[in-house]
Amino acid sequence: MTSITNTDPAVPERSLWSRLIGHRDVLGFLFMLPAAVFLLCFLTYPLGLGVWLGFTDTKIGRDGIFIGLENYQFLLSDQVFWLSVFNTVLYTTVASILKFALGLWLALLLNQHLPFKSFFRAIVLLPWVVPTVLSALAFWWIYDSQFSIVSWSLMKMGVIGSPINFLGDPNTARASVIAANVWRGIPFVAISLLAGLQTIPASLQEAASLDGASSWQRFRYVTLPMLTPIIAVVMTFSVLFTFTDFQLIYVLTKGGPVNATHLMATLSFQRAIPGGQLGEGAAIAVAMIPFLLAAIMFSFFGLQRRKWQQGGGD
Amino acid sequence: MATVQFAEVKKSFGAFPVIKGVNIDIEDGEFVILVGPSGCGKSTLLRMLAGLEHISGGEIRIGGRIVNTLPPKDRDIAMVFQNYALYPHMTVAKNMAFSLMLNSAPQAEIDKRVNYAAGILGLSNLLDRYPRQLSGGQRQRVAMGRAIVRDPQVFLFDEPLSNLDAKLRVAMRAEIKELHHRLKTTTVYVTHDQIEAMTMADKIVVMHDGRVEQIGTPLDLYDNPNNLFVAGFIGSPAMNMIKGRLDADNPQVFVAADGTRLPLARPYPQAVGKNLVYGLRPEYIRLDGTGYRVDVVVIEPTGYETQIVVNFGGSEVTCVFRERVDVRPGEAITIAIDPANVHLFDAEGGQRLAR
Repeated sequence: MTSITNTDPAVPERSLWSRLIGHRDVLGFLFMLPAAVFLLCFLTYPLGLGVWLGFTDTKIGRDGIFIGLENYQFLLSDQVFWLSVFNTVLYTTVASILKFALGLWLALLLNQHLPFKSFFRAIVLLPWVVPTVLSALAFWWIYDSQFSIVSWSLMKMGVIGSPINFLGDPNTARASVIAANVWRGIPFVAISLLAGLQTIPASLQEAASLDGASSWQRFRYVTLPMLTPIIAVVMTFSVLFTFTDFQLIYVLTKGGPVNATHLMATLSFQRAIPGGQLGEGAAIAVAMIPFLLAAIMFSFFGLQRRKWQQGGGD
Repeated sequence: MATVQFAEVKKSFGAFPVIKGVNIDIEDGEFVILVGPSGCGKSTLLRMLAGLEHISGGEIRIGGRIVNTLPPKDRDIAMVFQNYALYPHMTVAKNMAFSLMLNSAPQAEIDKRVNYAAGILGLSNLLDRYPRQLSGGQRQRVAMGRAIVRDPQVFLFDEPLSNLDAKLRVAMRAEIKELHHRLKTTTVYVTHDQIEAMTMADKIVVMHDGRVEQIGTPLDLYDNPNNLFVAGFIGSPAMNMIKGRLDADNPQVFVAADGTRLPLARPYPQAVGKNLVYGLRPEYIRLDGTGYRVDVVVIEPTGYETQIVVNFGGSEVTCVFRERVDVRPGEAITIAIDPANVHLFDAEGGQRLAR
């Protein structure tokens, strides 16, 4: 490899290797290769395998054969599947709205001049840094039908006579898992929106207050419009996380009672692994893709730089 | 339009005082410039007038009404910020109309006022642009347009030209002055640039370390500075300050540190024995074949005048000559001083001795 030392581009006779290395496109390709291999192995392959399994009748311990859309035809008439779709949409919608409202509120509070500001900001992140399974176990205990601290407190205060069956009744179970998800998801929304709030120059707020804006008007006409690009990113991610949620439900209810809290992710796992129907489980997972694509498209168009964000030359 | 008064105004951040009792009277329609080095409290004072900073003591009155606790939105003032503070998500027209929109003014009225302001400022063909699509000078004009549309009692400017390049700054200076002449709205303008202050103000307030050093018209401050600070701050190139004492035998002669004897217009017998500063503006030094022989250190010809720094009286002294002078550093010239234009300051207190 003596030719490597020959770096003068004016010298014509160079080996193939040094010419390849010197070429911008080749070099660029080489730099991207590790990332591409990583994505192919851990993203494209599992996704492709999942899509393929959805078209087969594979069971655990038995290779399947291609059966076309049969899994999907079955799911179309499957009440439990449709219930899980309903649950997922309900879970995502309600939890996302609550996370947005409470997260924005918290971000606005943390953006004020508070004593111990950094301490509060750190505390807010706690629910997010605790592993989901751990916090789910804590909620499991909080929601226990006999030893729930919530029931105990309410009974001590004389509000209720007997413990609340948090996870035993379909509607309270849905509300309970949504509450747990909101608790876990708020920090992400709050901290991201707080970062966004801090990019808004203080002089804009001052100019608006001199222009005669009340604090609500300053929020409505200055803060909120300037925050929308960040809201779009944060809420897209929040919706994606919530829609694909699995751990919380799996630890708290395993989809019960009577499938009332089964999400598409938990149902897919339920059918594929404990149920052994790999093909059917994969089909349920694939059925999530259109919803996720819709969320991504929403963000794609929502995130497009607005006219006011574009620079000079028009 | 309105008068503005600061009466014994004080401000401290915690235990740290930044404004230490300021008294300023601003007439209706006057263009007043607060000037001083950075950290002197001039911007804080302006922000207190705007209602963006709390007032720790004293009173601020706008049009005779005490506004100490009035929120900014009720003070009827408009402010142009150093970074313009234009709303990036609104067009030029919306930016200018924002305050009227908040007041639910009728659309016809909004259009009329925005078009009027845009016409004055030459923004009529930019009304649909966003701030990002404008140059610095155009943004500056939009910020002023936003203030004009309001037709407020007082205009406040917080170093509005410091983000512009030198050429544009000169042009905008003239434009703001012309605008004030046209609208005759009381204006309080903050800058650290004494040239801006000299060229634009009806009245200059020189501030230093949270206090007012002197208030007066530009030429009054230039000709009769109260103390060493004002003398050194106003004027470019700055006043020469030569340290020394009076001759005990002849109190009409100032003896510089190196023994050079300098003339005074009258004797100062009461100042004999004190440490004094001999203040001499560069343009009051003239070339004269019979005067002091001094060595040239630096020569800066600008075309219409020649600045020469010389070694004189134990320090470096700047001279400005209207004529062109053909010398090189190291060579000597002879200069003379007109004692009528000399100021004498007490070196301890900094106060100027009466002429």
